[in-house]
Amino acid sequence: MMSVSIQEKDFDLNAELVALRGNTAQVGALVSFTGLVRDFSDGENIENIYLEHYPGMTEKALDKIITEANTRWNLLGVRVIHRVGQLAPGEQIVLVATAALHRAEAFAACEFIIDYLKTAAPFWKREQTNKGAHWLETRESDEQRTARWEDKPA
Amino acid sequence: MEIKVLYFGRPSESLKISRELVALPEGLKTLADLLAWLKLRGEIWQQELADQKIRCAINQEFCKLNSPIKDGDEVAIFSPISGG
Repeated sequence: MMSVSIQEKDFDLNAELVALRGNTAQVGALVSFTGLVRDFSDGENIENIYLEHYPGMTEKALDKIITEANTRWNLLGVRVIHRVGQLAPGEQIVLVATAALHRAEAFAACEFIIDYLKTAAPFWKREQTNKGAHWLETRESDEQRTARWEDKPA
Repeated sequence: MEIKVLYFGRPSESLKISRELVALPEGLKTLADLLAWLKLRGEIWQQELADQKIRCAINQEFCKLNSPIKDGDEVAIFSPISGG
């Protein structure tokens, strides 16, 4: 199962993992990354964040990332959920979950997908803090993380 | 040449626009030409569409500013992405 959802509503992490496992005992490793809204950033208290995306392009970009992950590793399943709209500190923003026969592939693919999501999927985050609002931009550290994969074969 | 232009992130908020259909004058051939033409709208457009502040996509693929554009294209103009 390779599936992507862009949605406003929250997700149930456990239910998603159970669904990704499926009914067979084929999956030997299940790895997940959950991104959360923090309450503090660069010395400012975060009141909320607003997430927008580019409908159509987002799905294409994520499909491309997942397809690439599938060419690098032998995966039994991938689930990506990214929330949009207004979110408060503590809320879940993003889920990347991978299922494979063994942990090495599940770990690597999960990290690969979230790294690329951050630098190649069209989402924008606007932070509302106690000192005002501003749009976040791609972090150089995220670009460096993605670049690590570029010349690294599976 | 008619181009659908979408805006996301900071420029969308600052310019108070999310989408529009523009009819470009003859002779405009690249994304950079389109941006230069949009900047004729005034100072705020010049500021918000400054090269270093924006990223673009043509037909839902990230692209460089010197990329060619053609009739019917969907161009998106946005601040650097920040998902996850």
